[in-house]
Amino acid sequence: MLTIATGNKAVAAAVKEAKPAVVAAYPITPQTEIIEQIANYVATKELDTEYIPVESEHSAMAACIGAAAAGVRTFTATSSHGLLYMHEMVHWAAGARLPIVMANVNRSLGPGWNIWAEHTDAFSQRDTGWLQVFVGTVQEAYDATLMAFRIAEDERVVLPVMVNLDGFSLSHIMQSLETVEIGDFIPPHHLTHALDVENPMGYGPMTGPKDYFRFRWDIERSMRDSRAVIEETEAEFAARFGRKYGPTEDYCCEDAEVVVVSMGTLGKEAEVAVDVLRKEGVKAGSMRLRWFRPFPDLDLKGREVVVIDRDYSFGFGGVVAASIRAKTGVECYNVIAGLGGQEVTYDDIAEFVRTRRIGEEQWFGVSE
Amino acid sequence: MSEIPKEEYLKPCTAACAGCSSSLCLRYVLKAAGPDTVLVIPACCTSVIQGMYPNTAFNVPVYNIAFAAAAACASGMSRAFRSQGKKTNVIAYAGDGGTIDIGIQALSGALERGTDFLYICYDNEAYGNTGMQRSGATPLGALTTTTPVGKTEFKKDIDAIVAAHNPPYMATASSAYPLDLYKKVKKALSIPGPKFIHILAPCPPGWRYDSDRTIEIGKLAVKTGMWVLWEREYGKLTVSGPSKTAMKKPQPIDEYIRAQGRFKAATPAQIAELQQAVEKNIERIRKEEEGIC
Ligand SMILES: Cc1ncc(C[n+]2csc(CCOP(=O)(O)OP(=O)(O)O)c2C)c(N)n1
Ligand code: SF4
Repeated sequence: MLTIATGNKAVAAAVKEAKPAVVAAYPITPQTEIIEQIANYVATKELDTEYIPVESEHSAMAACIGAAAAGVRTFTATSSHGLLYMHEMVHWAAGARLPIVMANVNRSLGPGWNIWAEHTDAFSQRDTGWLQVFVGTVQEAYDATLMAFRIAEDERVVLPVMVNLDGFSLSHIMQSLETVEIGDFIPPHHLTHALDVENPMGYGPMTGPKDYFRFRWDIERSMRDSRAVIEETEAEFAARFGRKYGPTEDYCCEDAEVVVVSMGTLGKEAEVAVDVLRKEGVKAGSMRLRWFRPFPDLDLKGREVVVIDRDYSFGFGGVVAASIRAKTGVECYNVIAGLGGQEVTYDDIAEFVRTRRIGEEQWFGVSE
Repeated sequence: MSEIPKEEYLKPCTAACAGCSSSLCLRYVLKAAGPDTVLVIPACCTSVIQGMYPNTAFNVPVYNIAFAAAAACASGMSRAFRSQGKKTNVIAYAGDGGTIDIGIQALSGALERGTDFLYICYDNEAYGNTGMQRSGATPLGALTTTTPVGKTEFKKDIDAIVAAHNPPYMATASSAYPLDLYKKVKKALSIPGPKFIHILAPCPPGWRYDSDRTIEIGKLAVKTGMWVLWEREYGKLTVSGPSKTAMKKPQPIDEYIRAQGRFKAATPAQIAELQQAVEKNIERIRKEEEGIC
């Protein structure tokens, strides 16, 4: 069905389609609309789920963990300080191998209080063992949320998935949305290690270094296996529903001499910048990173790379640029832009490319 | 005690200290709850008592969860079981720290939401797991590793806080009176909604007494009125058998205090304050039972 919706409503619509048995959540701007919409679906009986309006994000994730451990499909949504308040349980969910799906509406962190887009919140959960996908459009927010359930629950993965969408610039922007009936695209939920009173076991007890080490390795092995699962899932999604996604979304990259790497809505802005630059005769391309964990293999050798980081690791540099340097060995021009919702237009991005200084870092709009 | 089932859900291979009354409590809790039960355990002595992977000393599924999260985890679990049509008892078994301090938000939330579960706080009046630091439940005057000259504040009244949530059932219990505890767990599990049982669980290393005196110390707590056994069912309070007699003529608290090394630095003024608090508490409970509030 074709309609128009905000990014938040699109996520909620996908959750309705995926039918989790338990949703536990706590409101925070700009995520709130997602859980309000789910509460409405439950109230109008469009969605048959146990909705638990918990008293904090720590409890939201803990409740999802309890429910997922009991063997049912679960969902939650959060943002910014909510995600950080959950942090302990975010680790726990992955360590306990529970395929929880969470939408994180990317927002900056106080102080000062700022409710607009930034990716530092998600990156602060980088090493928790969650898969992380970043979306660029309302349609993609919907599609990625649907696929997240299937990927998380796949027996080769069994890890939680975080679907990231930019605060306001996507969560509250209306775009066209085509909803689908998923049919058997997401198989019935089955967790092999669900709690079972007929077969009493201890879950997550004290564990010595040897076993603990192996558990960590198992997470990494599943992270690696998840690449194939993501690829299959996205291919099947394309075959069934006609929309194609990959680890990155590449625009005019084949012959590009300079490639702009970015995430989220800035990636869409970068595509327009590429059009502008191409008219000027600059062979530019845009590569929007969709999957951050597992981190994709990027083909950037022999090109000049401009990385826009909507985040920062203080005392070090932009997180995406650092990842690209480490993974590809390619140097880049690292522009820190869009923090706290700073406006970054396609003209700005075109200018980053025109004035690039490979090997350096620039804080957009900040003079020293 | 003939009505207590012979089945054991706690194997004799626990890693508890000698004389640990909290593991004794768990033994009776599980006998009352039976095999269709899942325990949710935050960080506390019990997470050590169960033993180390790949072994377990418990014969029911145990879900270990982070320190602050027991009630919330149990909340999600209970809703998930109910949504699958299962009646499985969900029991959170947490220490005083995990209940009265760090876990209080999750507990309050779960109670307020009417979660169908039983929350048990076994109260050894300190953080046992990390080596006996003070908790909000540590009594005035008691030595802990973070109150090296004795605690200067009173024990937090968690029962009053829980009561303010109006759960359909709440009770106090003691490891020294296992039959009373057994019956209270049975009754609690027969009632839908949130239930709370607060058990005084003397702890030899924490309270600094010889491990063979655990039951004796527990009984002294009740006989002196330091710990009053009661239950409140749909708002109606009833004092339990052992405390009925004690409340008529409580023994002075001195004997209880002197039996434990942790009170050795308590000043006479502090002991007098504790005695006064005991008397006030007994009076308050007596009035509530008589319906004078
Ligand atoms: C967030 C967090 N802070 C601190 C700890 C360390 N810790 C583990 S158990 C514990 C004390 C537990 O005390 P209590 O709940 O009274 O149970 P007991 O150990 O006495 O059985 C502490 C401080 C932790 N696991 N998590
Ligand atoms: S420290 Fe106390 S409560 Fe903990 S296991 Fe030992 S006796 Fe039991």
